[in-house]
Amino acid sequence: MKLKRKHRRLVFVVAGMTSLLIAAGLVLNAFEDNLVFFYTPSDLVEKDITEGRRFRLGGLVEEGSENRLDDGLTVEFTVTDLTATIPVIYRGPLPDLFREGQGVVTEGKMVNGVFIADSVLAKHDENYMPPEVAEALKASGQWQGDGSE
Amino acid sequence: MIAEIGHFALILAFLTAIVQGSLPMIGAHRSNAAWMALARPASVAQLLFIVVAFAALMYGFVVSDFSIKNVADNSNSAMPMLYKVSSTWGSHEGSLVLWVLILALFGAIVAVSGGNLPPSLRTRVLGVQAWIAVGFLSFSLLTSNPFLRLDPAPLDGRSLNPLLQDPGMAYHPPFLYVGYVGFSMAFSFAVAALIEGRVDAAWARWVRPWTLAAWSFLTLGIGMGSWWAYYELGWGGFWFWDPVENSSFMPWLAGTALLHSAIVCEKRNALKSWTILLAIVTFSLSLLGTFLVRSGVLTSVHAFATDPARGAFILGFLVLVIGGSLTLYAIRAPLLKGGGLFAPISREGALVLNNLLLTTACATVFLGTLYPLFLDTFGGGKVSVGPPFFNATFGPLMVPVIAIAAIGPLLPWKRADLAGVIGRLKLALVVALAISFLAWYLTTGSVPSWAPLGMGLAAWLFVGSLVEFAERIKLFRLPAVKSWNRARHLPRSAYGMTMAHCGVALVLAGIIGSQAWQVETIRVMAPGDSVEMAGYEFAFRGVRQLKGPNYNIDRGEFVVTRGGVPVTRLFPEKRFYPVQQVLTTEAAIHTTWIADLYVAIDESRAAAGEGDGSWSIRIYYNPLVPWIWLGAVIMMLGGLVSLSDRRLRVGAPRRAKSRAPEIPSPQPA
Repeated sequence: MKLKRKHRRLVFVVAGMTSLLIAAGLVLNAFEDNLVFFYTPSDLVEKDITEGRRFRLGGLVEEGSENRLDDGLTVEFTVTDLTATIPVIYRGPLPDLFREGQGVVTEGKMVNGVFIADSVLAKHDENYMPPEVAEALKASGQWQGDGSE
Repeated sequence: MIAEIGHFALILAFLTAIVQGSLPMIGAHRSNAAWMALARPASVAQLLFIVVAFAALMYGFVVSDFSIKNVADNSNSAMPMLYKVSSTWGSHEGSLVLWVLILALFGAIVAVSGGNLPPSLRTRVLGVQAWIAVGFLSFSLLTSNPFLRLDPAPLDGRSLNPLLQDPGMAYHPPFLYVGYVGFSMAFSFAVAALIEGRVDAAWARWVRPWTLAAWSFLTLGIGMGSWWAYYELGWGGFWFWDPVENSSFMPWLAGTALLHSAIVCEKRNALKSWTILLAIVTFSLSLLGTFLVRSGVLTSVHAFATDPARGAFILGFLVLVIGGSLTLYAIRAPLLKGGGLFAPISREGALVLNNLLLTTACATVFLGTLYPLFLDTFGGGKVSVGPPFFNATFGPLMVPVIAIAAIGPLLPWKRADLAGVIGRLKLALVVALAISFLAWYLTTGSVPSWAPLGMGLAAWLFVGSLVEFAERIKLFRLPAVKSWNRARHLPRSAYGMTMAHCGVALVLAGIIGSQAWQVETIRVMAPGDSVEMAGYEFAFRGVRQLKGPNYNIDRGEFVVTRGGVPVTRLFPEKRFYPVQQVLTTEAAIHTTWIADLYVAIDESRAAAGEGDGSWSIRIYYNPLVPWIWLGAVIMMLGGLVSLSDRRLRVGAPRRAKSRAPEIPSPQPA
């Protein structure tokens, strides 16, 4: 196969474009299914969130709301932004830094007004407040912090 | 007093770096040998100053001088010595000093041992390095001074984040940084070459060892990080596609592409401007990684407390470095005329394809990592991009990369006969199909359909790499003694490549095995209970309270048997650090090298009023998982073996007057 220099270059340009196109296709396809939006309890009360779509719910774990069910593995708690609250059910191990009164981000789906979480995000630092949660608290006018972490 | 000496030394290093970055550069421009000669002593002096600063900081940690704010924030008198020492770089401020220390060390190595570099190139490389050092030193001095004093000094420190008090985490950042900073050498060489307007085979050969070393250490650093996440987070997983993980993975992907394109540059004098661009991109991604980790703009499971002023500074630095180098590239790259021609089906062609796919894969990781940030900045709402996205985009792009990795090394340079090469890989193909079939046949439960095929792909690469090696030494075609002789005289880089590719195959097998065949059980167990899983019986013997040096321990005991025969005893722990009021998980792992038995204890049921000593327990059976780290270590060793190749050490780097001499590669008959 003898090719002119220009043609050889064309082969590589075409190969490059093809791989980018494939990647773009994969990305768009994956974005459609796998973008997970973040909502606060107030968002959920105000907006109508379609059931069945995965999203993240963030806020504070309400004081005194944590309750283990009898199977010893399922836990109920309430996430609040001090304006609205949403009950959460989660089956599985809670991260080591999970605590009442602290910020939390959970991921899952809404079923009949209850958030069924399949993951609860852990943080490496006990003083750390997820930025989304801090902002949600500021939005609801309940932020007590100094605005920076 | 010691801290003030350290602070002063850091300022001196900063001033030295400014001198090193300006006068010799002007000298190189005007061909003034005396000014150029300043670069070498300046880089050695800069190293000495930073060593003093680093030693002063470490001294503060070792003697627990809590009047230094950084020490008070990150250390505690009850901590074991290992973690006192590793707290030196466990904090943001200290990690910056470590960064500039490695940077200065590499610069000094070029200054001292770079005798075979043309003086103007060496001067410019050191000049560019100096400017990177200026950036980081001013960052350290202006926004994150590690030597700030506290008055009055607290009685005791706040202790290092307990999750980081772990041997894996003690060594993880230095390896990662050697990787990042190693790529800064490739970057400096690239920028220096752009200023000179000259890139040739000799240039590629000078850059290659730095890239290899950086890549090897980054591989090890990422491997250690994921190993740490595996046993310390107690989730049974090893990679979460978290922004912080991605930010070390992106430079690795680009660096892997750079490693391969530099071969074409060196051997065939082609792909020059592409290689330069990759060197710039790789280091830019290393900087971006630092920015993402330290600025806290992204929500991450690894997020540490951060400071917006720092984020703004790194962002400015990032814009300066990336913008500046890309502008220089746009102006100067057209001067770099391409060299050797090659057909699309050739070893060069395979390497180009490898580069295209790796950079595309890197771009998808980049997009997934930064998309939430873009969307949020432009008011599109808050989103997160989780593992499913990366699995759906990155995974498919890696399939051809791995398939080609077995074929490419067998292709001759310039032009090749693809059918013939695939014919020589018959053995690999047969083994791959057999493994796929076996994996599918032996699976009893449901398993994703890609998993057996993925195992086949791993086998294809592993056997294919060995076939290529066997062909080089003409195994079984010549008498064994002659094959042995050929093997002894094979360049080390050939060994390195075979090892690295086999390592990739092992990592792939480990990832697929653990993702597809993992067995997990979560339940509440009382002492005396036992659970059966994957043929093993786990008997729970209860939890005892113990004391560690600076934490309290709840230690569970499990006796593992298989068909009544004792296998091992496992002691998973829950640790409580009173200083920071933090709990950590220490999973207990027994490895058979085919699979891991993994046990973690979660929570005592006593809190819920059940006083029978029962705990919620997680047990995982993780098949092939140890191969991930075994593979990563083999990859790293492959890189180091390749680094020890003769032609990178001796004589060879001399600028050719015309074309670079070609290295005869054994052409299989």
